[in-house]
Amino acid sequence: MSPHPASENSGIWKLIFGRLDWSSLPLHEPIVVGTFLMVALGGAVVLGLVTKYRLWGTLWHDWFTTVDHKRIGIMYMILGLIMFLRGFADAIMMRLQQAMAFNGSEGYLNAHHYDQIFTAHGVIMIFFVAMPMITGIMNYIVPLQIGARDVSFPFLNNFSFWMTTAGAVIVMMSLFVGEFARTGWLAYPPLSGIAYSPGVGVDYYIWGLQIAGIGTLLSGVNLVATIVKMRAPGMTMMKLPIFTWTSLCANVLIVAAFPVLTAVLALLSLDRYVGTAFFTNDMGGNPMMYVNLIWIWGHPEVYILILPLFGVFSEVTSTFSSKRLFGYSSMVYATIVIALLSYLVWLHHFFTMGSGASVNSFFGITTMVISIPTGAKLFNWLFTMYRGRIRYELPMMWTVAFMLTFTVGGMTGVLLAVPPADFVLHNSLFLIAHFHNVIIGGVLFGLFAAINYWWPKAFGFRLETTWGKRSFWLWVVGFWVAFMPLYVLGLMGVTRRMRVFDDPSLQIWFQIAALGAVMIAAGIACMFIQFAVSIKNRAALRDTTGDPWDGRTLEWATSSPPPDYNFAFTPVIHDGDAWADMKKRGYQRPLIGYAAIHMPSNTGTGVIIAGLSVAFSVGMIWYMWWLAGLSFLAILAVAIGHTFNYKRDFTIPKDVVERIEGERSTLLAAKG
Amino acid sequence: MIARPSAKCRAFLRRFAPLLLLPLGACNWVVMAPSGDVAVQQRDLILIATVLMLLIVLPVMATIAWFAWKYRAKAQAADYDPDWDHSTSLELLIWSAPLLIIIALGAVTWTSTHLLDPYRPIERLDAQRKVDPAAKRLQVEVVALDWKWLFIYPELGIATVNELAAPVDQPIEFKITSASIMNSFFVPALAGQIYAMPGMQTSLHAVVNKPGSFDGFSANYSGAGFSNMRFKFHAMDQSGFAQWVARVKASGKALDRATYVKLEQPSEKVKPTYFASVEPRLFHAALNMCVQPGKRCMDAIMMTDMHGGAGKESARDTAGLRHDGTIDVGGYHPVEPGKKGEIAQPAGMTPAAERTPAERGKQAPGQQDHEGHDGH
Amino acid sequence: MATRSQIDPAFLDNDGKPLFHLGEEPHHPEGSSTALGFWIYLMSDCLIFACLFATYAVLGGNYAAGPGPRDLFDLNLVALNTAMLLFSSITYGFAMLAMEKNRVGATQGWLAITGLFGLAFLSIELYEFAHLIHEGATPQRSGFLSAFFALVGTHGLHVSFGIIWLVTLMVQVGKKGLIAANQRRLMCLSMFWHFLDVIWIGVFTFVYLMGMLR
Repeated sequence: MSPHPASENSGIWKLIFGRLDWSSLPLHEPIVVGTFLMVALGGAVVLGLVTKYRLWGTLWHDWFTTVDHKRIGIMYMILGLIMFLRGFADAIMMRLQQAMAFNGSEGYLNAHHYDQIFTAHGVIMIFFVAMPMITGIMNYIVPLQIGARDVSFPFLNNFSFWMTTAGAVIVMMSLFVGEFARTGWLAYPPLSGIAYSPGVGVDYYIWGLQIAGIGTLLSGVNLVATIVKMRAPGMTMMKLPIFTWTSLCANVLIVAAFPVLTAVLALLSLDRYVGTAFFTNDMGGNPMMYVNLIWIWGHPEVYILILPLFGVFSEVTSTFSSKRLFGYSSMVYATIVIALLSYLVWLHHFFTMGSGASVNSFFGITTMVISIPTGAKLFNWLFTMYRGRIRYELPMMWTVAFMLTFTVGGMTGVLLAVPPADFVLHNSLFLIAHFHNVIIGGVLFGLFAAINYWWPKAFGFRLETTWGKRSFWLWVVGFWVAFMPLYVLGLMGVTRRMRVFDDPSLQIWFQIAALGAVMIAAGIACMFIQFAVSIKNRAALRDTTGDPWDGRTLEWATSSPPPDYNFAFTPVIHDGDAWADMKKRGYQRPLIGYAAIHMPSNTGTGVIIAGLSVAFSVGMIWYMWWLAGLSFLAILAVAIGHTFNYKRDFTIPKDVVERIEGERSTLLAAKG
Repeated sequence: MIARPSAKCRAFLRRFAPLLLLPLGACNWVVMAPSGDVAVQQRDLILIATVLMLLIVLPVMATIAWFAWKYRAKAQAADYDPDWDHSTSLELLIWSAPLLIIIALGAVTWTSTHLLDPYRPIERLDAQRKVDPAAKRLQVEVVALDWKWLFIYPELGIATVNELAAPVDQPIEFKITSASIMNSFFVPALAGQIYAMPGMQTSLHAVVNKPGSFDGFSANYSGAGFSNMRFKFHAMDQSGFAQWVARVKASGKALDRATYVKLEQPSEKVKPTYFASVEPRLFHAALNMCVQPGKRCMDAIMMTDMHGGAGKESARDTAGLRHDGTIDVGGYHPVEPGKKGEIAQPAGMTPAAERTPAERGKQAPGQQDHEGHDGH
Repeated sequence: MATRSQIDPAFLDNDGKPLFHLGEEPHHPEGSSTALGFWIYLMSDCLIFACLFATYAVLGGNYAAGPGPRDLFDLNLVALNTAMLLFSSITYGFAMLAMEKNRVGATQGWLAITGLFGLAFLSIELYEFAHLIHEGATPQRSGFLSAFFALVGTHGLHVSFGIIWLVTLMVQVGKKGLIAANQRRLMCLSMFWHFLDVIWIGVFTFVYLMGMLR
């Protein structure tokens, strides 16, 4: 079977390379080869530029090894944006395939390729786009909002980021070496078991998610501890900025949900590697237990994604309506209730498994109950706008688009929660339209609002609006053009994950959807052009005040971008909208009395362990046991070695603080 | 509970459906215009729930648009009040309005979920006609195979692949399982879907009211051949059905265990096939994963387990227990051409050597016919 | 609510005006969040065990026509094993008491004894596993055995890591003495060690004792 039978059969080859051989490289797939060449070329150009401009030192010292929550937040965003391009390329390929594969045409993708693409699209968009981006935003903003100098565990923060990146690297590797899972994004057994998916695809999936999952879990622990322990004096829980509240709930959910994912994937790997019988059909296994467990993680996961963005919308609505947030406490309680309820609804993802009517109704009704606090939140935003003066900057535009879009998505979600209705809509394109309606309309629109809102904080200049508005309109219209047809197709009884179709009357709808996807592609292009144009014109877009939007929370109290230590003096909080309150009370920025500041030191341990984790995973995926074993021992050694380093912080001397703050004083004075 | 509003909904649909269906003609919106009573009730439920939610969603969306316009900064609305952030009466309203809708919807959900439980024998043929308690239900046993559907009519002694037929206005009882991978049995025109799971049995009760030919398929992704895992469901009058049965019987082919074992190996785009006779209790064997030679049936194993297992000595006795791995799903690396029907172990590991019958010195499944093991 | 909110008197200056910065910087000493952070981590670890317990609850009766718990478990051995772990928890407690009194030698001694009890526990567990596998009751044999090995094995892995950590800490205490950082680390390991004890009580009860009653 192999073009290289000699190498295939030799024992030494197997010992060194496991099941990796020349046939593992997808040389027969022109699309993959083309992609590889493009990535290789692009990568070579980037590496060349970095070398030419001698940026390796800066990259390593100021970025890769940094423990500064702000830089780590930016790195998360970059990771998310890069992976977003990959995930979106997958989406375009699916749309194209489905628009073509009619009247006996097989389209341009075979099952082997297509099935990987939809799996990769789901996995990448959730784990390596949405998760890094929300983690990035939380990382950047939460410590600033609570008036802290960093997170509770700065090294852990760096380590978490690199583990997430390592997971992304593993998933990307599967594109060029071997294959990715062909199981759908949740890899239900028995299909994902060794008997039915004997290749490396599911192993790539497992190790990519396990490694990234460690990062996510630790970053959850870190942010919870930060919010509980590091708040500025006076900031009681009910004076916490609402974004920080939603972040707290999301991170509590991370801590309470991701271990379930870790456990269930570990059991799946035992089935695949050791031959145990957890999720097998035979030997006393039970595949449906996997489905239950993965959704016990999976449902809280969607609230992990959306809750921080609810916080973003709250901040944006309040800031741009120039008004306090309406119903702060009911907003907080709504968030807590949503977080709790998210654990009581997982079964609605598989009503069709045939649990009895009473079980199904229970989970259906708990699901509907979630719409009550969610509805309350929507009303709160509405009444925040009421009697306000709304400035339609880009973040606010995204927020209004979200409110209108998300409402429809929420409605179709409640519809799917009615079990008998779900029996006809489950797994259909209606479901696909629904969750893209809430994930794009909620999570993505929220991320775009957040990027436009906090960009000036992170870089010291605003994003320009022309390309931003183009991106906005292309995205919003493109979204509806792309997903309305899917609602329609769902009502026509078209199911998800289909590669070819035999009813020609469906084709027009898929073509409309493909058109919508093209509009979204144009929207994405506009967004990147917006970034480029803004960076080019940064002098004109410069914000010297640190508070370009007349903000209300503490992150706007410091300079843009903030100094390494965030605040020269830790602020004291008297009110929920701390910065608005300070401005109202005539706060004067102190110009004397600076002191030296203790800060955590950078460390390369995170990068090294994450790199070793990639090596470990490659060893496990390809059965190169020596590599897995050695990397595991190396991880242990590096981790233990790291604990022998007791000197983990340094002091920013008083004169440096004075110089930095002096520069800011000059800027502020120049502004008048 | 459902019956009464459904009449209204039909009126609603009569009025507005043509509008909705304008783009491509009525037959396409199968979920909205089904032909079986269960699916009709599910359609009505979708409409009721949608209307209930629109009661709150439409005003909210209108208000969003209104406020977004009215309070734009340029308009300099006179009632600007930057510190206004609380109103007990409004808070009460915004929590209770959704609550009321959800209470109504919850009540509808509870009753409809019980009435439309797929395990519950149907009680009406349609809104006007009750089921005659003396009438017999048509029994159909469904096995999801990679990647085609096997339908066994135990009372008629016939079986088909990728073609299902039933007489109009006769209640049907499906018993559903799968040979290897989870699928979902779905005929949108007839009734909602239910999973087909290996080693487990689900049921579905339904009735079709209009003659015609409808699409059926798997609604749960199950691997490479999933897209073509489709069949036609023919609803016909009693005499048409009798003729169809006669046609199936005329095919002359028999579905015995050996044929089934060949059939359960993966294949795609399988043309409809008829079997004039079926080995008794074949569905039982398929459900309990013991059609292949020498397999022990799941129900027998579970009975043993209920009594505390088979004792210490049984630890090494695993003969006839393996099922996974006996069906070749066309793995990327491991399956070598010319060896279909076995799974070669991935290099570097042998987690379950006995999974492949051939490796244990037995013949590969489907090569030999045999009779009389514990499935009987 | 701005006008309505009361300002904490601690944050007013002498003239009754609100302060925006304190005279002295609020101090978040290094490691002030460690106990909380580690506790949160432990809770997440607890959820991994919860999943494994749930798995055992679901699969625990699936013997696949193989042996059940009554055929396999040796309660005397498990009782001995439990005693080892409980003793190790007690001796760890003594180590912490010695640490409070800043007695390096006693702390190290008790830590060593704890480690030995932990090793004894692991050895007995490995003996039990080897015995089971020798009899054919491998993790591959049935869903019940898969769940059993996964649950008990995961606990055993935790104990192994605990021992590696303990040795590391002993070296660090040897090098640096009972400095604040080391005290904090010892406290974290203490939480970890007692946590494993609590999990084991669950294993002992639900897997072994109730298994014998099945």
